[in-house]
Amino acid sequence: MRPYKPKDNVQKKSYYTDRFWVAPRIPEESVEDEVYKADLESLAKAVNYKKAYIMRGQLVIIIDAKDNVATLKHLKEECGYEVLSEMSAIDYLAQDGEFEIFYQLLAMSKRRRIRVKCRIKENEAIESVEPIFRSADWSEREMYDMFGIKVNNHPNLKRILMPEDWVGYPLRKTYPLHGDEAAQWYEVDKIFGKEYRDIIGPEQRDPAYVSTTDTCNFARIHHEVPRCADPNSEPEKIEVFNDDALLTETFDLKKAKIVDRNR
Amino acid sequence: MAQHPMNSVANAGLPVALTTVDKLVNWGRTNSLWVLTYGLACCAIEMMASGASRYDFDRFGVIFRASPRQADVMIVAGTLTKKHAEFIRRLYDQMAEPKWVISMGSCANTGGMFNTYATVQGVDRVIPVDIYLPGCAPRPETLQYAVMLLQKKLRKRTIFQKQKPKRLV
Repeated sequence: MRPYKPKDNVQKKSYYTDRFWVAPRIPEESVEDEVYKADLESLAKAVNYKKAYIMRGQLVIIIDAKDNVATLKHLKEECGYEVLSEMSAIDYLAQDGEFEIFYQLLAMSKRRRIRVKCRIKENEAIESVEPIFRSADWSEREMYDMFGIKVNNHPNLKRILMPEDWVGYPLRKTYPLHGDEAAQWYEVDKIFGKEYRDIIGPEQRDPAYVSTTDTCNFARIHHEVPRCADPNSEPEKIEVFNDDALLTETFDLKKAKIVDRNR
Repeated sequence: MAQHPMNSVANAGLPVALTTVDKLVNWGRTNSLWVLTYGLACCAIEMMASGASRYDFDRFGVIFRASPRQADVMIVAGTLTKKHAEFIRRLYDQMAEPKWVISMGSCANTGGMFNTYATVQGVDRVIPVDIYLPGCAPRPETLQYAVMLLQKKLRKRTIFQKQKPKRLV
């Protein structure tokens, strides 16, 4: 027999023991694939890329941020990478003081994917790739919305997810999950005005709070019990159906047929 | 002239029903609660299911309307984001009085599991709510129960009673 292990505390235990566990990095391999080799040789004629390696069978090219348009243009027109399936940014501001911007490309004819990466400083802007890939239009707007990265020569650079008058950039690591002060009062400020903050009061919300009585009463819905009643108390008689509604037959439980099984 | 002698009082067959105006009006009101369709997330699927043939909300006189001008009740079904809060208030203001609000599901009640910067933590921060309906998502029976509770609440009103300004939160 296997030794007995208490299973009710498994998650908590792994949280405390593996709290500082760092996921291993996937190794970078040299470029062996013939198709990728040909692409890299072709790209080297147009752009001076910094580094290229294979990660999980995908080619990753690291370039200078100024070369992004030239690189993507070359990869699209010369190498057949015609789909920009994804692009966004990653916040490395605390670590390196930089954003990493990545472009995920796909060549349907070759069945290959390439990831192009570049890094920019916090206050720098990047050139738009919207003229090459139309899908970059909304992606770049999202990048601007979530990280505050300015994009030069973009046809319509404004917020895409958050409202126009939003303060701050939510996907930055420094942005609090529950929002800054402007975010927490956003709807109140907009609808009622700032003076109304005092009337409404701050959000009384503690996500860790569990009321045992509430849970007990919640499970007995349709059996009315007073608020914060003793969990073992008897539910009161339901009176919903028995008030004097006009031209309505009063509900009688004895006459009703209770279906205890679904057909 | 009636050909047969008719003593209506004796046979309790008087073709007159005696009631109060309040009861008559409330009877009409409770049995024709027109609802403003306000589906914001997955709760809207349950709201649609309760309107469809199996649960048949029409039995209660609940008919979904797409215009706030024709609606008495607003069923807020789903997560309210901060970007949308402005519009829900505007649509609530456009409804004719008297008007009521049912907050359907955890997200509409308290923000649910979305305790984040972009979600309004309960619609009662923006519009006054009459009935909170728990569940994620509540079953159609639960929604119908909420409507019946609302009907019970309405029966207590008198017709000349003006709707009191409701308190937020």
